[in-house]
Amino acid sequence: MPLYILKRFIMMIVTVLIIATLTFVLMRAIPGSPFDEERTSNPTIQANLEKFYKLDQPMPIQYLNYLKSIVTFDYGPSIKKPNESVNTLLARGFPISFELGMATIIVAVISGIILGTFAALRHNGIIDYGAMTFAVVGISIPNFVLATLLIQQVAVNWQLLPPATWSSPKHMILPVIALATGPTAIIARLTRASMLEVLTQDYIKMARAKGLTPFRIVARHALRNALMPVVTIMGTMLAGILTGTFVIEKIFAIPGMGKYFVDSINNRDYPVIMGSTVFYSAFLVFMLFLVDIAYGFLDPRIKLHKKEGEV
Amino acid sequence: MVAKDPNVSIPDEWFRKKGDGHEQAEAVVRPSLSYWKDAWRRLRKNKLAMIGLVFLVILTFLAIFGPVFSPYEVTATDLRNQNMAPSATHWFGTDEMGRDVFTRTWYGARISLFVGVMAALIDFFIGIIYGGVSGYKGGRTDSIMMRIIEILYGLPHLLVVILLMVVMGPSLTTIIVALTITGWVGMARIVRGQVLQIKNYEFVTASKSFGAGTSRIIRKNLIPNTMGPIIVQMTLTVPSAIFAEAFLSFLGLGIQAPYASWGVMANDALPVILSGDWWRLFFPAFFISITMFAFNVLGDGMQDALDPKLRG
Repeated sequence: MPLYILKRFIMMIVTVLIIATLTFVLMRAIPGSPFDEERTSNPTIQANLEKFYKLDQPMPIQYLNYLKSIVTFDYGPSIKKPNESVNTLLARGFPISFELGMATIIVAVISGIILGTFAALRHNGIIDYGAMTFAVVGISIPNFVLATLLIQQVAVNWQLLPPATWSSPKHMILPVIALATGPTAIIARLTRASMLEVLTQDYIKMARAKGLTPFRIVARHALRNALMPVVTIMGTMLAGILTGTFVIEKIFAIPGMGKYFVDSINNRDYPVIMGSTVFYSAFLVFMLFLVDIAYGFLDPRIKLHKKEGEV
Repeated sequence: MVAKDPNVSIPDEWFRKKGDGHEQAEAVVRPSLSYWKDAWRRLRKNKLAMIGLVFLVILTFLAIFGPVFSPYEVTATDLRNQNMAPSATHWFGTDEMGRDVFTRTWYGARISLFVGVMAALIDFFIGIIYGGVSGYKGGRTDSIMMRIIEILYGLPHLLVVILLMVVMGPSLTTIIVALTITGWVGMARIVRGQVLQIKNYEFVTASKSFGAGTSRIIRKNLIPNTMGPIIVQMTLTVPSAIFAEAFLSFLGLGIQAPYASWGVMANDALPVILSGDWWRLFFPAFFISITMFAFNVLGDGMQDALDPKLRG
């Protein structure tokens, strides 16, 4: 067990290192410098600017500086907003994206499991068809389309909820619905499929024979086993949701990470792009790591030291 | 067992000529169903999957021939007819440059379908080679190849794609490269899993004993027998690639004006949606959704139809 965690941990570090290196190489490969606009400025200013951002040093030194900045969580100043550091941008944007992402995953997990369970319990009944129709539609509609429809109908036509920004719990409802619908649909389908399988197992018959109430059978015996596939996809789903926030933030004018990230890309703001990519990736990879470990703990059938050559 | 005693002779009448009714036992009563025929038979029974398939055929037809039905050029602007609602002259209305939304929708379909199908095909080739070699070789090679996959699997795909788009500049090629550079991993994992399972079957051993080499065994024995899950994976790759393209376009990283994909059209429609110009968003959004729906239900149907365990 500790060996497995250690192995996973090393993998995680390697992954982050690869992302960091990739980001560095890619950013340096872009033609043009971030100071292109100031082409009219005199060479001394140019040189001073480059010195301030340490862009005048040789590549290997820049790379080492960059790796050091990652380890120390100090990503330096932004180029387009010189009086702000990348850290302040992250500190301002990330908590909002994180809130949106977490609210989404909580809503998606709870409603997805409930929908999937009821669909399985009423197999081929109206609830089942309803839930599965919802699931197929939910997977098919892109979140940005849903978001626009919600703004137009709920916020503008019916005036029920605020259409944009992020200042009160009321503001959270529409973005979370827009972002959570897809994942909810996926979780509902997965839960239904594995629940249907679990419900035919002998130990469920046994529980029924013992005279347990249906609620107890589902809650205590069936769900626990039926949820393993859901846990498996949790890591990648989380990554999808947290990058999905970029688009949702754009539509709802939410001042999260997505806004800074997209702005920094359009402005070629190297430190911000690099800082936020690495920070975001590290966060996602860490989440995957946690999910992996959690999976090992939850599923009694998995021994946490796998044989050589297995994945 | 009769002992081989040369003194014992077997009377001739013990031998009987075959042909007294027993030969019928081996006759084929029903026409044999190959795996693919059976899969197709079962797929046809799945109404939802067939609806998806029919829709995709129609969509492909319209993507190819749709612009023919329209007198307007895809990039032709008409500043006198900006933001017109759908009418007899402009079936899907016009956009803020007076471009015909009907024509642009089918050009968008071309781009979206092209991106989806190319991404699936490239994933297929890389995944099959990588997964095939990894699963077949096994041992150390497999271990190393799988570690690489695990690391790639951990990368946040969309972030990598966005980064690549920034570096390479938005274009159709970039989108496909960016999507496949991380996308083949899922396919490779599936192929490897299948190959690991199948490579120990007798027919592979038989092939080996005839002196078949690695590449022949992978090509002739392993791949044909892993096709089911691979095709399902491809069907499901297409909608996710279409979604990713739309997502990138929506962030401003997609195809550049004056050409348009569905994602670009939806993004352009965003500012005007509140002024009541619903058709600008409706048509691209509707077709993205229904295409993803069609591929998803078709993929689901194929998953059931191609599963040998469900063969009845």
